[in-house]
Amino acid sequence: MNVQTQPQRTAAESALVQAFADRVSELPGSAAVTVRRDAAVETLKAGLPTRKVEAWHYTDLRRLLASVPEFAAENAAEAVTPLLDGAAVLPLLGGVAGEAAAMPEGASVEPLAPRLTDGSFDALLTAERGDTVGTINSAFVSDGFVVRIAEGAALAAPLELQNVHAGGQAHGRFVVEAGAGARATVIERQTGGGEALVSSVSHLELGEGADVTWLVVQEQPEDATHLAQFRATLARDARLTLFVMNAGGRLVRQEVLVTAAGEGSEFRLRGVNLLAGETHCDVTMVLDHDAPSTVSTETLRNVVTGRARGVFQGQIRVDREAQKTDAKMACNTLLLSDDGEFSAKPELEIFADDVACGHGATVTEIDRNHLFYLMARGIDEKTARGLLVKAFLAEVIEELDDEPVVEALEAKLDAWFATHG
Amino acid sequence: MLEIKNLHARIAEDGTEIIRGLNLSVKAGEVAAIMGPNGSGKSTLSYVLAGRDDYEVTEGDILFNGESVLEMDPAERAAAGVFLAFQYPLEIPGVATMEFLKVALNAQRKARGEEPLKIPDLMKRVRAAADELGMDMAMLKRPLNVGFSGGEKKRAEILQMKLLEPKLCVLDETDSGLDIDALKIVADGVNALRSPDRAMVVITHYQRLLQYIVPDSVHVLYRGQVVKSGDKDLALQLEEKGYADLVGEAA
Ligand SMILES: Nc1ncnc2c1ncn2[C@@H]1O[C@H](COP(=O)(O)OP(=O)(O)OP(=O)(O)O)[C@@H](O)[C@H]1O
Ligand SMILES: [Mg+2]
Repeated sequence: MNVQTQPQRTAAESALVQAFADRVSELPGSAAVTVRRDAAVETLKAGLPTRKVEAWHYTDLRRLLASVPEFAAENAAEAVTPLLDGAAVLPLLGGVAGEAAAMPEGASVEPLAPRLTDGSFDALLTAERGDTVGTINSAFVSDGFVVRIAEGAALAAPLELQNVHAGGQAHGRFVVEAGAGARATVIERQTGGGEALVSSVSHLELGEGADVTWLVVQEQPEDATHLAQFRATLARDARLTLFVMNAGGRLVRQEVLVTAAGEGSEFRLRGVNLLAGETHCDVTMVLDHDAPSTVSTETLRNVVTGRARGVFQGQIRVDREAQKTDAKMACNTLLLSDDGEFSAKPELEIFADDVACGHGATVTEIDRNHLFYLMARGIDEKTARGLLVKAFLAEVIEELDDEPVVEALEAKLDAWFATHG
Repeated sequence: MLEIKNLHARIAEDGTEIIRGLNLSVKAGEVAAIMGPNGSGKSTLSYVLAGRDDYEVTEGDILFNGESVLEMDPAERAAAGVFLAFQYPLEIPGVATMEFLKVALNAQRKARGEEPLKIPDLMKRVRAAADELGMDMAMLKRPLNVGFSGGEKKRAEILQMKLLEPKLCVLDETDSGLDIDALKIVADGVNALRSPDRAMVVITHYQRLLQYIVPDSVHVLYRGQVVKSGDKDLALQLEEKGYADLVGEAA
């Protein structure tokens, strides 16, 4: 007889299952949602993915997720100062939607929890074995925001979605629907204080010709686990620029799942990963070019110091129909310590014949000649290194070509260097 | 002001000795020209003076105002007043020229216990120096030296020198790559910095530069040593006869 032995659950796996049992009575949702949450937990009971699962090869979640904190007894999270002056803040505090600021003309918002109860968002919750981040979030999600941007609206102010915790666990979702021709800048802040397990899933739907810039600024405390997913679908001629800054957290997984579904749509991924200490940070992208003449470029710049580990998996799938696809992916790392590490895995799956796809990855150290030149002008070594590292990162940030955004992100770089440089 | 005594320096990586027992002294107010065939060690000497760690000093000493600089890193030497105008200035992408000038100037001011310059004051100084050197301010908005022509890079080096007001200026072939008009402008810039409390070491292959920047002394470097010293007429002789005689004498 062939007996399949289930490996024993890790402490974190058991804690997750237990946390659900403790929490389930407080979670919002219709009967259908409850069924979906249960399904999600069943999936989790089968265990977290290990390095044998290809999508998790560089991030053995089962091994790396050492512990799962309990939910905090009290929600003490507070909103943070927005990245950009004048942004309309939508604060999700310890997993509970706080009061949203007045929306700029053309945008409307409502909290997610009531929508989980009335059945309108059942389909968001999934329990697929391959989608661990989505599954954890589906089991535990407590609240979030649903934002609609009207057709043709050009928002006069940026929207800032904040997911802030004060330790414990926090699981939120953001849903943004940008109508045809809409233009907006959306900022997603991920931060908090104390040991935490955070999961966050964002959904963005871009209508025909919509143009959205979405900035993720992740600054979790150094003992937080941050499991995030960004999902977007682009209709015909839509443009999306996604900028991701990872500047914190102990264990970070940011998934980027984008479908260029409409002809002529364009996706740009830009990112800087600032990795220090014991951080393990994984950015995994799966991009589907499903329609003809779609364009994508992905540029990541990483700085690794201490014993940090970084991962970028970039998978581009070009459908048979997606002729004239143009995709370019680059991942460059500046390694500042002997114990740091960065793994880049580009993957192209191309089923169309008339396409242009390219990728490149480099890992380098600070150029000694550059360092000497700066020091020969009286700039001390630490400052000179800082200037060179910042120059390396600033090139990607400046591509955003929006002065307040560039300034705000560069200020975040400076703040990071002040503590980790 | 500068005293180099029996200096031996080798390439750190493979141990090849390039500077082999070099002696040179330059007084405050003096302009010393250094000439010598390709590969004789002129640029290496300039790097060793500036403190580049690709080279190791194995013997001898470099005294600047009576104190050894060997234990100082390049930034400390710069703050003490040593400036090297590079033979091949580097392009540094991503570092804005203006930002670089601000950081460098204020780093040196800080090391000397002075207040940082305010932006308007800095801009005024930069504009004045750029004007004198016939440089367009728009160029300074670009990343440091990136896409500058050979001559523009040399001017940018002199611009930095004017702003930083060093005590010891080492110019490594600042004349190469400059057109005739630019040569005059740059030489005027250098001459304007001549002062009784400042020394200059001017490395060049050509007498032409020394017509504009008239040296007080001329030294010939060959195989890592100063093999002959003289006054400005030595440069004229070399222009006429080349190094063959000298090299024969030294060998
Ligand atoms: N880092 C290095 N690695 C290898 N060789 C070097 C290095 N630095 C200097 N050298 C060698 O040392 C010798 C002296 O070089 P240096 O650049 O100082 O000459 P130079 O007098 O400035 O010549 P030029 O007139 O052509 O500028 C040359 O043979 C050069 O190849
Ligand atoms: Mg040389």
